[in-house]
Amino acid sequence: MAEEKKGGTAVMDAPAAKSGGLSVMPKRYVPWPEGNEKPQIWIGMGTCGTAAGASALEEEIQAWLKEHGMEADIHPVGCVGMCHNEPLVDVQVKGRPRVSYKKVSSKNLAQILKEHLQDGSASKRAAFGQLINPDEKQEPYDGIPNFHEEPFFKNQVKIVMQRCGVIDYHSIDDYLATGGYDGLKKAVTMSSDEIIEEIKKSGLRGRGGAGFPTWMKWKFARDAEGDAKYMVCNADEGDPGAFMDRAVLEGDPHSLLEGMIIGAFAVGAQYGYIYCRAEYPLAIRILNQALDQAREKGFLGENILGTGFSYDIIIKEGAGAYVCGEEMALLNSIMGERGMPMIKPPFPATRGVWGKPTNINNVETFANIAEIVVNGGDWYAGWGSETTKGTKTFALTGKVKRPGLVEVPTGTTIRELVEDIGGGMTLKKVGFKAAQFGGPSGGCLPGEFMETGIDYESLNSGGAIMGSGGVVVLDEYNCMVDTARFFMEFTVDESCGKCTPCRDGTALMLQILERITHGEGRLEDIEKLEQISGFTKANSLCGLGQVAPNPVLTTLRYFRDEVVEHIVDKKCRAHSCDELIEYVVLEDKCTTCGLCKPPCPTDALEWEKKQTAFINHETCIRCKACVMACPFMAIK
Amino acid sequence: MTAKTEEQELDLTRAYEIAEEEYGKQGPIIRVLQKVQAEYGYIPPEYLPEMAEILEVPLAKIFGALTFYSQFYTSPRGKYIVKVCVGTACHVQGAKDILDRMKDELKVGAGETTEDMMFTLEPVACIGSCGLAPLCLINTETAANMTPAGMAGKIQAIVEKESAGVAEE
Ligand SMILES: Cc1cc2nc3c(=O)[nH]c(=O)nc-3n(C[C@H](O)[C@H](O)[C@H](O)COP(=O)(O)O)c2cc1C
Repeated sequence: MAEEKKGGTAVMDAPAAKSGGLSVMPKRYVPWPEGNEKPQIWIGMGTCGTAAGASALEEEIQAWLKEHGMEADIHPVGCVGMCHNEPLVDVQVKGRPRVSYKKVSSKNLAQILKEHLQDGSASKRAAFGQLINPDEKQEPYDGIPNFHEEPFFKNQVKIVMQRCGVIDYHSIDDYLATGGYDGLKKAVTMSSDEIIEEIKKSGLRGRGGAGFPTWMKWKFARDAEGDAKYMVCNADEGDPGAFMDRAVLEGDPHSLLEGMIIGAFAVGAQYGYIYCRAEYPLAIRILNQALDQAREKGFLGENILGTGFSYDIIIKEGAGAYVCGEEMALLNSIMGERGMPMIKPPFPATRGVWGKPTNINNVETFANIAEIVVNGGDWYAGWGSETTKGTKTFALTGKVKRPGLVEVPTGTTIRELVEDIGGGMTLKKVGFKAAQFGGPSGGCLPGEFMETGIDYESLNSGGAIMGSGGVVVLDEYNCMVDTARFFMEFTVDESCGKCTPCRDGTALMLQILERITHGEGRLEDIEKLEQISGFTKANSLCGLGQVAPNPVLTTLRYFRDEVVEHIVDKKCRAHSCDELIEYVVLEDKCTTCGLCKPPCPTDALEWEKKQTAFINHETCIRCKACVMACPFMAIK
Repeated sequence: MTAKTEEQELDLTRAYEIAEEEYGKQGPIIRVLQKVQAEYGYIPPEYLPEMAEILEVPLAKIFGALTFYSQFYTSPRGKYIVKVCVGTACHVQGAKDILDRMKDELKVGAGETTEDMMFTLEPVACIGSCGLAPLCLINTETAANMTPAGMAGKIQAIVEKESAGVAEE
């Protein structure tokens, strides 16, 4: 079981450099609204905050204020990334810092509001940080840590997410008050070459997965001939387990728009699309509002900032197809067709939407642009590893204590991500098994990669990919064969069927993996999987098929034992493959309490007073009812 | 509460108008389908030939787009759409157990609707709130950190509410 996986053989280079050098992270504070005496309250109302119950909180806050004859301004904010502490509520009174409260519920809400708004103190039990704005005279609260020193945030460098969860997502004024559109104002005084040069210096690479240098793409699009050009944003975010783009779309929509407008100015585009997946209705609502606001203020539309340059953006809503995240498929979908990929070249830079030169970038890529223009490319390149500059947001999920959205300089190690930021594993006794990077096109890296600095190259050499930045942490209870099967099932569902290698290769691999998880695998299946993987990778038309075998290949590379065990011993060590489980009672742990007996639907569980329980494998249907019922984890 | 309405001819006037409004615009197919679905809750198959004629595009093209995207439905769906997220983060936290329990509870398969048109069970890929996994949705209401029993309870509550509603009538 849980053998120590620390140390081990380091397969890749030492962690890459990631110090910020002299670069300073932008810290954003919403200035106190002038002439306003009312307390300010911010509620985390992104999709995840709402899911955790934030809408009900808003009503309760209103009711409390009314009951106590008070008034306050209430603002919705996006996601700060602290999913594990949702719902979040921030409260600020004039002359004092803004205090963030975690896990706010109807149980502790009244107490928080009373202490904060009536007693003039802050509720220490629920507060996790205070944002002390150095530009304003604010009297800090005793005994509440600085927000930026909180363990979850301490090791993060927020560039893309700097305003997420801080500013009111309905308010362009908040965006402007926190340095918003400064990048655009500066960009329109620069030449196209100067802008592209800054992006080149920054070393920014596409955050959509492939990591192509952004400046080069922009240069191709700028140099392409055409009477009209398009600047398009890929907000399809289809990778299951990834939600960093959603955080930007909901929490800081103008940063995306500003990046797109600067990009359009640099390449000479007049039209734009944001292709957003339909599963993000809130993001689409917020974006639409942001577009109107930007037009009203003259940042978007005709004659932007009086420069004679015109650019406008339309939102295209997806209809549920993962492959539409692939850029050629996305273009087809924008044009109202089946979202099928096509052979490249021609590349979108020469023939994109409606046959015109088109540049496509990911949400996170765009969200970096304004900051790079304002602070310069060298500033951005001050962070990150040798080959991958700047920061990357990761959606850290799975079996960690503190799941959430984290933004770190590239080159940060997996250990820092999982332990320092993520707080380690959820269950103390169940050890780390693997970190899955890059979703269905990525791979699982085992414990020996703990000290590896994360960037495009290091992940690739390990057989995974950065992808959009989903990191799912797996523990000993997760079966690696089942994980590979899970991703393959996803790929089979989402393969568009246009090319045979992807359509049939993935289906064949799924068949084999299913067989193995059902205990019907054969030893030659391993070789077969490797063969089909190689064929599918080499011959698929688009990225979907080219990377689809990655989860299988990394499983075979790092967890071959576990696969063999499924085939030969018909055993699943994670106790996850239903057909292969034989539950047993651990004698040393069983306290003979008998709590496991009543839930058993087939009476397979035999127990007598003061006797260790016993499971009859003839009648056991592996429903797990006894496992769930045992308070001592004595059934495995 | 309408328990069971008689089969009646669907009034497609609004759907025809939608197609006419989009006629001649760039790339109209997906937009028309989305609007029609927003109006009717699904896309009535009998509408498609007329839609092709109005837009002057081949029926095959429309059918191609319709069947390509998972969010277009060609038959009416339940009053409550029960979505079980089966994205990666939810999967590793036990989404499959929830889905299985829902299949038992509602006695339908994935993507199917109960006979009384009350529930549609729909496994969905990532809703994007992975920090709260496993996650389910009943219509637009999110249920975070769910368990099979927790979801079964929610379904039961709806069933009770609905049957009480019927009794009142
Ligand atoms: C199957 C597949 C799915 C993809 N999904 C996405 C996605 O959801 N979001 C995204 O930004 N890029 C996605 N990409 C990558 C895009 O094709 C493209 O490389 C990217 O949008 C370019 O932007 P960037 O240079 O800023 O990264 C996907 C690629 C493939 C092959």
